[in-house]
Amino acid sequence: MDLTFNESESAFRDELRAWIKANHPGEEPAGEDEGYAFRRDWQRQLYEAGWAAVHWPTEFGGRDATLVEAAIFNEELARARAPFPANVLGLLLAGPTLMIWGTDEQKQRYLDPIMSGEEIWCQGFSEPEAGSDLASLKSKAVRDGDDWLVTGQKVWTSGAQYSKWCMFVARTDFDAPKHKGLTYFILDMEQEGVEVRPLRQITGDPEFNELFLENARIPAANVVGGEGNGWTVALTTLMNERAGLAFGLQVGMKVALDELTEELAASGKLDDPMIADELGALHIKCEILRLTAYRGLTATMKYGQPGPEGSLTKWMWSQGNQELMQFATQALGPQSLAGGSSWGRAMLRSRGNSIEGGTTEVLKNIIAERVLGLPRKK
Amino acid sequence: MNFDFTEDQHEIKRTARELLAKRSGLEQVREAAEAEAYDESLFTELRELGWTGIAIDEQYGGAGLGVVELMILCEELGYALAASPFLANALGGLMIEHAGSDEQRAKWLPGIASGEATATVAFASGGSSEVVPDADSAAVIVLIEGDEATLVAREDAEVETVSTIDPTRRYARVSASGGEALPGDVAGALARAEVALSAEMVGIAQRTQEMAIEYAKERKQFDTPIGAFQAVSHRCAQMLFDTEGARSATYFGGWAADADQSQLALASAIAKAAASGAALSVTASSIQVHGGIGFTWEADVHWFFKRAQLDAAMLGGAGKQRAKVTSLTASSLASAGGA
Repeated sequence: MDLTFNESESAFRDELRAWIKANHPGEEPAGEDEGYAFRRDWQRQLYEAGWAAVHWPTEFGGRDATLVEAAIFNEELARARAPFPANVLGLLLAGPTLMIWGTDEQKQRYLDPIMSGEEIWCQGFSEPEAGSDLASLKSKAVRDGDDWLVTGQKVWTSGAQYSKWCMFVARTDFDAPKHKGLTYFILDMEQEGVEVRPLRQITGDPEFNELFLENARIPAANVVGGEGNGWTVALTTLMNERAGLAFGLQVGMKVALDELTEELAASGKLDDPMIADELGALHIKCEILRLTAYRGLTATMKYGQPGPEGSLTKWMWSQGNQELMQFATQALGPQSLAGGSSWGRAMLRSRGNSIEGGTTEVLKNIIAERVLGLPRKK
Repeated sequence: MNFDFTEDQHEIKRTARELLAKRSGLEQVREAAEAEAYDESLFTELRELGWTGIAIDEQYGGAGLGVVELMILCEELGYALAASPFLANALGGLMIEHAGSDEQRAKWLPGIASGEATATVAFASGGSSEVVPDADSAAVIVLIEGDEATLVAREDAEVETVSTIDPTRRYARVSASGGEALPGDVAGALARAEVALSAEMVGIAQRTQEMAIEYAKERKQFDTPIGAFQAVSHRCAQMLFDTEGARSATYFGGWAADADQSQLALASAIAKAAASGAALSVTASSIQVHGGIGFTWEADVHWFFKRAQLDAAMLGGAGKQRAKVTSLTASSLASAGGA
C-alpha cells in the first residue's frame, strides 16, 4: 500500500500546478452564455498546452496519462478553482466511447475538435418516457437510402444549445427485445429537424434542454459500434461518466466544505457542539469519498475497465454534497438563502446530484445486482 | 499511488481467513459465548503462529511488521468474531510500544509479543474503568485519562469480572491507585489503537453484510427471494456503502500509522468514526434483513451486533471523533490561512 504519489505522478502534478498558476483564467463571468464562452476559451488554452485530454492516448493527442494522473488533473483544477473545460461531455464520454467503438474515419474526424473545444458534444439519451429505464426509449430511426431519419424527443440535454454533435441513441428495430433494437449515432445538431428548447430548472437557470427531432438526417457512416448494438455502446459511455468525474467532484465538495468551515469559524458558530458534530460528519464523508475513489482507481488499474463500483462513489458524492449544502444553508442562516449568496443557489443545484448521471435508486440496483449478486429486482 | 495490499499482506489476509474459518467458526463462537469462556487453545494457536507479536519490534520478540499487518489480522478476527484476548492485548501493546519508556517496553513487550503476559487498555476516570476488555487475564493494564496514560500491573489493580451484553469477549471493572505514567506520545499510540479497533469493526460489518446477502438470496416470501425486493436490496446496498467507506478510512489510518504520521491524528479519528458507524448500522440492518429469525438467540447475527456495540463505544465513541475531526480541520485551515 502506498498512498503517496510516485516520482512521475508528483512531477505531473507539479508541472500542471505551475501551469494552472501561470494561466488561471480568473473568475467565471456571470450569465449562462458568458460562462460557457469563458470555459470554451479555457479549453482552447488547455488544448494548446496539451492539457485538455490528459487521459487520452498520445495517438489521439492526449498524454496517455495514467488513471492516477487523470485524477490528479481533476483534483488540481478543482483545487485551483479553475473552471472545467466547456466540452466536458465530449472529453469524458464521446471521446472515450469513439476510441472503443468508433471507426478509424470517425476517430480521425471527431476526436481533435472534441479536444480543442471547436466542436461541442451533448448527450441524447434520456427521454420524457425513458429516464432510469433508458432501454425503453422511443426515438425512432428509419433507413432512407444512405441515411437514417430520426424522429423523437430527448430531455436533460446539457449544453445542447452550444453543441455541434450529439451522442444519440434511437430505436432502429421495433421487433427486437428492448435492449437489442437500439443504435448509437452521431447526430449533427446544426440542421433543420433538430429543435433545442431550454428547460428551466429549480435554480432558475436553463442548464438543460429539451430536444425535438422531426426527420433529422444522419448519414449511415455516423453509426457507432454497429446497428443494433446501441445499448452496449451506451453503457460504455455511462461507465465512463460515473468513473471519471469522482475526483473533480470530491475536490469541489472539499473546497465548499473548507469554505463553510472557515465561515462558521469566523462567525463563532463552530463553538456550537451540534454544528461542530455535523460538520465533522461531513468532513468524514468527504474524505471517505476521496479514499474510496482512489481504492476504485487502484482496482481499475489492476483489473481493467471501470466497473460498477463507480456507482458507489457517485452515490457517496451526491449524498454527501446534498447533505453539505443543506447543512450549510441552515447553519449559516437565512442570509445564505438571500440575494447574491452562492450557498442558496448551490443548495438548489445539489438536488439534481442524486438524479443526474443515474439516480441513486438506479445506482443501488446496480450495486445490489452486479456487486452483491442479489437476484434481479421485482 | 497504490491503494491495495502487497502480495505478502494479501497472503496474511488469506491465511488468517482460512485458519479462522476452521478454528473459529460460528459454532465455536456460540460455544464460547454461551459458556462465557474462551476456548484457550485458539489463543494458544494464534500465539504460536506469532500473531500476537506481529506489529511489535523484533528486539522485543515481535515480527516487526506494521499497523497495516496488525489491522489485517484484526479485521479477520472481527470477521470471524473470534473469542480471544487478542485485540485487547494488541491495543495495550500499541500503547506501551508507542508511548512507553524504554524500560516499560523492555519489561512488558516481550510478554505481549509472545502472548504469555497480555495487556489491555481502556478509558478511565479517577483511576477506575467500568468496562475493560480482557483485564482479568491481563498482566498489565493501560488506563487513559484525558491526554495521559497510566500503566498498572495486574497485581496492583483491583479487577472484577463484569458481564456485558457482549458474551463473546470477557470484560472487567478495574480500579487502581498509582501506577506509572507512559511518558511518550500517548495521542499517537492511541491513534494506532483506534485504527486496530476500527479494523475489527470493518470485519464485523463485512461478515454481517455477507450473512444478510446470503439470507436475502435464499429466503423466499411471495414466491420470491426477498433480495429481489428493492426495499431489501437497497438496504443491502447501503450495507456495502457503509462497510466500504469504513474500510477505506481504516486502511488509510493503517497506512498513515506506518508511513505518514503527520496524517495519523485525522486519519484515525475518521477511521474510528466511520467504522463505529458502519459496525452499528450494518449489524442492525442485518438483523432486520433476517426478519423474525434475526431476532432470535438461535441466529448468529446478534453476536456480531453485540460485539459492535462494545467496540463502537470503546476508546471514545463516534461523537468524540467527529468533534476531533472538526477541530483538527478548522485549526489546519486557520494555520494555512494565517501563513
